[in-house]
Amino acid sequence: MTLLLAAAHIKGPHIDWAAFSPLIAPLAGGLVILLVGLLRSPVVRRQVVPALTIVTLLAMIGLAIWRFHHPASIISGALRIDDLALEVDMLFAAAGIAAVLLSWRAFAPREAGQGEYHALLLFSIFGMAAFVSAQNLISLFLGIELLSIPLYILCASETRREGSLESGLKYLIIGSVGSATLLYGLALVYGSTGSTDFSAIGVAASAGKLAGGALGDPMFLTGLGLITVGFAFKASIAPFHQWTPDVYEGAPTPITAFMATATKAAALVVFLRFFDVAALGAQDTWAPLLAAIAAITMIVGNVGALGQTSLKRMLGYSGVAQAGYMLTGVVVGTQLGIQATVLYLLAYLAMNLAPFAVIVAVERERPELRDDITSLSGLGARNPWLAWPMTIGMLGLAGIPGTVGFIAKFQLINALVNGDYTWLAIVLVIGSMISLGYYLRVVATIWMRPALARQPVMAGGSQEADAQDAAPGVGAKAPTLQFEVAFVALASAATVIVFGIFPSPLFNFAAHAAHAITGLF
Amino acid sequence: MTLSILIWLPLVIAVVAALIPRPLVGRTAAIGSVITLGIAISFLVRFKLRHPGLQFKTDQVWISSLGIHYKLGLDGLNVALVVLTCVLFTASLAWAAFREWDRPRLFYFHFGLAQSAVLGAFCAQDLALFVAFFDLMLIPFYFVVGMWGSGDRVRATTKLVVYTLVGSFFMLAGAIATGALASSRHGAPITFVLSSLQHMPLSHASQEWIFLCFAVAFLVKMPLVPFHGWLADGYKSMPIPAVAVFSGVVSKVAAYGFLRIVLPLFPYAAVHFQMLMLIVALVSILWATAVAFTTPDARLVVAYSSVAQLSFITLGIFSLRQVGAQGALLQMVNHALVTAPLFFIVAALAMRAGGSELLRDMGGIAFRAPVLATLFLIVTLATLAMPGSANFIGEFNILLGVFESKIVIAIIAFTGVVGAAYYALRLFIGSMHNRVGPAVVSRDLRLADAAPLVAFVLLILALAFYPQFGLRRSQPTVRTTLSATQAVSSRITLASR
Repeated sequence: MTLLLAAAHIKGPHIDWAAFSPLIAPLAGGLVILLVGLLRSPVVRRQVVPALTIVTLLAMIGLAIWRFHHPASIISGALRIDDLALEVDMLFAAAGIAAVLLSWRAFAPREAGQGEYHALLLFSIFGMAAFVSAQNLISLFLGIELLSIPLYILCASETRREGSLESGLKYLIIGSVGSATLLYGLALVYGSTGSTDFSAIGVAASAGKLAGGALGDPMFLTGLGLITVGFAFKASIAPFHQWTPDVYEGAPTPITAFMATATKAAALVVFLRFFDVAALGAQDTWAPLLAAIAAITMIVGNVGALGQTSLKRMLGYSGVAQAGYMLTGVVVGTQLGIQATVLYLLAYLAMNLAPFAVIVAVERERPELRDDITSLSGLGARNPWLAWPMTIGMLGLAGIPGTVGFIAKFQLINALVNGDYTWLAIVLVIGSMISLGYYLRVVATIWMRPALARQPVMAGGSQEADAQDAAPGVGAKAPTLQFEVAFVALASAATVIVFGIFPSPLFNFAAHAAHAITGLF
Repeated sequence: MTLSILIWLPLVIAVVAALIPRPLVGRTAAIGSVITLGIAISFLVRFKLRHPGLQFKTDQVWISSLGIHYKLGLDGLNVALVVLTCVLFTASLAWAAFREWDRPRLFYFHFGLAQSAVLGAFCAQDLALFVAFFDLMLIPFYFVVGMWGSGDRVRATTKLVVYTLVGSFFMLAGAIATGALASSRHGAPITFVLSSLQHMPLSHASQEWIFLCFAVAFLVKMPLVPFHGWLADGYKSMPIPAVAVFSGVVSKVAAYGFLRIVLPLFPYAAVHFQMLMLIVALVSILWATAVAFTTPDARLVVAYSSVAQLSFITLGIFSLRQVGAQGALLQMVNHALVTAPLFFIVAALAMRAGGSELLRDMGGIAFRAPVLATLFLIVTLATLAMPGSANFIGEFNILLGVFESKIVIAIIAFTGVVGAAYYALRLFIGSMHNRVGPAVVSRDLRLADAAPLVAFVLLILALAFYPQFGLRRSQPTVRTTLSATQAVSSRITLASR
């Protein structure tokens, strides 16, 4: 009783609910869906729950559009809801919608429980939204934990498959190490600057309040280094990327798609926010370090992807390389750099969702091949509706003109040359050359290799298998295209092409995000 | 009628063709390409002589924050090449339309895309737009070789694409650096429009490395000697209509790029690296000629002769003399008009030699094929630059230009002219005369095969009688193109005195 009274007397900070609303949407929606998922009717569980999730995410996008151009620092400056945050919120919601559509008929939500699966997805999105809006060290850490913990569970949500459990456990262990490193770094930065607020840290770092200046304070520098490591784990930046291919391969494919796009975007936007706001004054210290890391990441990711036969592993390594590209936009620390990174993130979302959707489709068509690259053999002749999105996605990631990937790379290189990092631009270009090796291999498999003959299941070996083989729709003819999967693939591919040809709206959109971070030129 | 219609019409036709019943696809594509050719000719007719600037300009902002414009235009450098592109694509599509192709809709779609991209690259007057079209040009060929090629097609196409895209990525970096460095050096907003960039010269150091980036991209595409690794496999497995346009016009985009972009934008580097480029071209001539002497494969003889010709063109461009550049331009047209029919003839020869493209399986084909033999002979004589052909005038001008600037190079390059006579005649005699090959069935051309060849031969003869046709149109533009490099070299000569 006294405790309640005491709680009532503590004066909470003023909360601007309108500005907070884009973050509340997934949180509230997640709670409702958790309850709805308890209903016993299979129709409700299998259809209503995903539909409600999509409605929630659409509401999040709507609220984000409503709050656009109304920057606000809320909850005593813990979160800053500006155009940059809102834009990536929309990106998270879009990735979430894609993940829901891709898992509509998947095993994972059925095994994990529809309500729980979708609620966890929404909580993770809430965590991401908080993470990218964070304006101080505490909310930053809360955000990263809120986004990670649901993902650990989601990775392991195919509870009967060993690979999925392995993936969840690996992610949990590595993620915890990353979080711990980050937390230690945050504590050291707080200790050296005496503040948890980003802008106050920025002032302390640039105004020479540190003992011996920003360059001479070992505590601050150690903190900065540990924070970089923590972020690098989340964004899968070399040399902290080793978990990525394993986790991507084991996790259910819709979750992999979500992690590859949304988590990466969240981590990179936080890179932008932290380094280009809080640590901007100490740019001389971290910019060469980040530049080196970015260069290593581009090379390691691209070379690693070359030898992969699993498509998800390959996309995992390709994601590592792409994170390296995007990190270069952080390094230059200019408006142009931020604009380029945000632009690349938006492009990256569309370019990755198309291949992942196709992987989901071919995995269902040929479960015995899983996500092996041979499952794509002859797809061009067999199913052009899937072959084209995959092709466009790959060409986009490779940066071929006519796709948004070309535009995004163009802008990145421009930002790099403009910020006197021409050598990094050259590394980026060399990385792109290496990447042709594996992106084009996928395209060649789709169009230029004959379809694999279906492995004859040992005749008479098992009646069940024989029956399955003979069943209509499973045997010689490919099963009918699943509408929602094809929709994700085609919509993403169309986005890649349309914005590749008419990129101006995308530039304006990214420019708004860049203007949200002030103090740069 | 704007240039946009000309550029995008092939793609539109290709999309339309992809939607109609399969048996009609080929004919639709061929008829569509004739319409495109008609439009291209209408531009040629309306082209004003003695007008050095751009004509039929289209200029719209494409990406405002990067200063990239969708700017197209024709001048003396590209007007002939645009028409030539349409001629070659029309001939190739007509040739293809009389044959069966697996998955025809996709086949013609890729051809349409290729034509749009090549025309776009020739017309683009913005650096970023040029780079985009230049890279895009390659993608349809990647699919055409990989899906309809022969032999180890996937390996060949991967090699082709990786080689050329590696060059293209260097060019991309160079192009962006050009825009970004020019704007920061001159304190102007960033732009990629060529005419604006010409007035914002870069520092000498930047010019040098950017020049090398562009040179790699262009030399891979042609290809010249150290960058020719993809050539044999690529040309060998390309389907005939694809190899005709690839060798005829796609490789010319690279040579054109030197004239359009490199010489005006990086004049200092062009003078600085003149000797390097001349030596590369010279080595290339000698090497390609030597290989063309010995290769047993008829198609590769044509392929290597085409390398030798492109090396001559490069030689002409980097003579940095007006007469040399004029010759190079004329030779681009001439070469396209001989190489495309030669590839068709090789296909016709292979059909008569039991499907083999090896010279030793051919021989004696002229016996019952007088029309084929006559057309082949005319094309062969044009290839070896017989005096009286336009090719002779082209090579003469090129060598004259080199003679004026670097006499030693010119003297060595003359041997290439002699070599051309040997390998061209070797191809002709080896296939048409000599001992009759084991599986050879001599019969004359079908009308469908003869029609494109006759058209090419008529064009070759027309140019032989009236080479001024091309030269007069290009003269004023070539003068302005070379003005920047000439200013640089005269400054250097003054300084050395």
